[in-house]
Amino acid sequence: MIPYNAFHFKTLCTAKKSLAPMSLTLEQVKRIAHLARIEISDDDALTTQGHLNGIFQLIEQMQAVDTSGVEPMAHAQDVSQRLRDDAVSEGDRRAAYQAVAPETESGLYLVPKVIE
Amino acid sequence: MINKSLKELSQALAARQISSVELSTLFLDRIERLNPTLNAFVTIDRERSLKMAREADARIAAGTAGPLTGIPIAQKDIFCAEGWRTTCGSKMLANFVSPYDATVIEKMHRDAGLVSLGKTNMDEFAMGSSNETSFFGPVRNPWDTSRVPGGSSGGSAAAVAARLAPAATGTDTGGSIRQPAALCNLTGLKPTYGVVSRYGMIAFASSLDQGGPMAASAEDCALLLNTMVGFDERDSTSLDRPVEDYARDLDKPLNGLRIGLPKEFFGEGCDAEVMAAVRAAINEYEKLGATCVEVSLPNSHLSVPAYYVIAPAEASSNLSRFDGVRYGYRAPDYGNLDDMYKKTRAQGFGAEVKRRIMIGAYVLSHGYYDAYYLQAQRIRRLIANDFVEAFKQCDVIMGPTSPSTAFKLGEKAADPVQMYLSDIYTIAVNLAGLPGMSVPCGFVGGLPVGLQLIGNYFAEGLLLNVAHRYQQATDWHLHRPASAV
Repeated sequence: MIPYNAFHFKTLCTAKKSLAPMSLTLEQVKRIAHLARIEISDDDALTTQGHLNGIFQLIEQMQAVDTSGVEPMAHAQDVSQRLRDDAVSEGDRRAAYQAVAPETESGLYLVPKVIE
Repeated sequence: MINKSLKELSQALAARQISSVELSTLFLDRIERLNPTLNAFVTIDRERSLKMAREADARIAAGTAGPLTGIPIAQKDIFCAEGWRTTCGSKMLANFVSPYDATVIEKMHRDAGLVSLGKTNMDEFAMGSSNETSFFGPVRNPWDTSRVPGGSSGGSAAAVAARLAPAATGTDTGGSIRQPAALCNLTGLKPTYGVVSRYGMIAFASSLDQGGPMAASAEDCALLLNTMVGFDERDSTSLDRPVEDYARDLDKPLNGLRIGLPKEFFGEGCDAEVMAAVRAAINEYEKLGATCVEVSLPNSHLSVPAYYVIAPAEASSNLSRFDGVRYGYRAPDYGNLDDMYKKTRAQGFGAEVKRRIMIGAYVLSHGYYDAYYLQAQRIRRLIANDFVEAFKQCDVIMGPTSPSTAFKLGEKAADPVQMYLSDIYTIAVNLAGLPGMSVPCGFVGGLPVGLQLIGNYFAEGLLLNVAHRYQQATDWHLHRPASAV
């Protein structure tokens, strides 16, 4: 799983108060790719910059709308999360689930060494 | 036999005119013959399909069959099916054999006894409107193989249109059932959000994704939907509602039906000939006893911008699970853990998926969250409220499904924004969580046109009734491409 703090970054938060017209710099594109944990070459970053800026131009239409007082809608149905009894409901299928992993050993998932 | 309805196939199986093994073999042979041209299926497993068919025949012989037991269908490759390769159209999952069944798979095959003919091609992680983002190559439209079938459920659409399968499943996050149905002359239904379980349906944008049927007619869709729905403990947004028979109202007369025509759907931006076909369909409805009223969805022009914040935001979170650790692709060469993540994701995802993950990461980031993500969610509320107002004046909303007929392969592939605008009429329905359908309503230059029907929450039965009555009065849905005649 990509680290949770991947999406918390200060470098993009320049003191820009008014957002439009928005245009991402090449450095910002590379920074976003890093935070999304996607390796990107200089050539790809340039192409991506053009595409993302085109998409953000479309998205910017939202900024003209006054939404003060409107409650954000996260979901189609206004229902609250169900709770269930804190009891085991699924059987142990570790072997089946680990059979599709790239690399395991003794029931553990193997990744490159993290702690030196 | 290949052009029979599900009801007719069911009767033929019950009367022992044909066995499930024979019927499945008929379609498997067609797949073998026609799939190399269409690329509609990415996985076929004849032995596994025939084993399911034999089990269905045993159920029929034992008198324990349900209405659709033994009928073969195609499954969009977004649904995890135990023992089947499940790719979601991505290199990331190109070798992933699912260790479990999605709820939809369990219900349709284990419970209802349908036979799976295989897994259909799709845009990678359901992100696309042309089926060109699939790692397994584009699907071709059976009506004109130089054109796209639509997306993201393009493989399912092409498979049913060319009669490689009597029916199929699809999923719809921004139009992925309705738009390919329109472009391939099918009837497709996206149910109300929460009606079909998302468990085991590989997630793109969880607050929008919904599975549904794609078939030749509204009647077929109703019968299939009956097997797909139901409360599921394992999907946290599944709705606990009384079971209903979606075929119960199919034949109800349409006298007094109020059709809402949003003025925003009938302005500029739609091909004139497509619009003429849609208007002709609405005239037909008036002959069937319906009346029309103009309604307004004043914020509908904001649906595409809001969607391209919300869907990528959810996708960036959902797709963070593809990291080369627990399942799926892992880059062959890497240094440390971070490098492994980065190379795995750079090599495993295609360009469109990476773009959307990056948009999502950006709009959720500190400092931009309010301006983009929360603003999009507020606009989502405005869009949903527009529908609430409109449904005070009408029972069903109608308009075009897609602004054009099927476009050429490659025509929009280089420009993401042009591609996004192909879903301009369908996206608002997902944002609001409403049910929507596409119904064949004519041809322009030999290519199919779809009429979109939008209903209020849980109005699937009414939508199917409205579509069915139209299909009793017209025969557009019975037209077939040359390969299926």
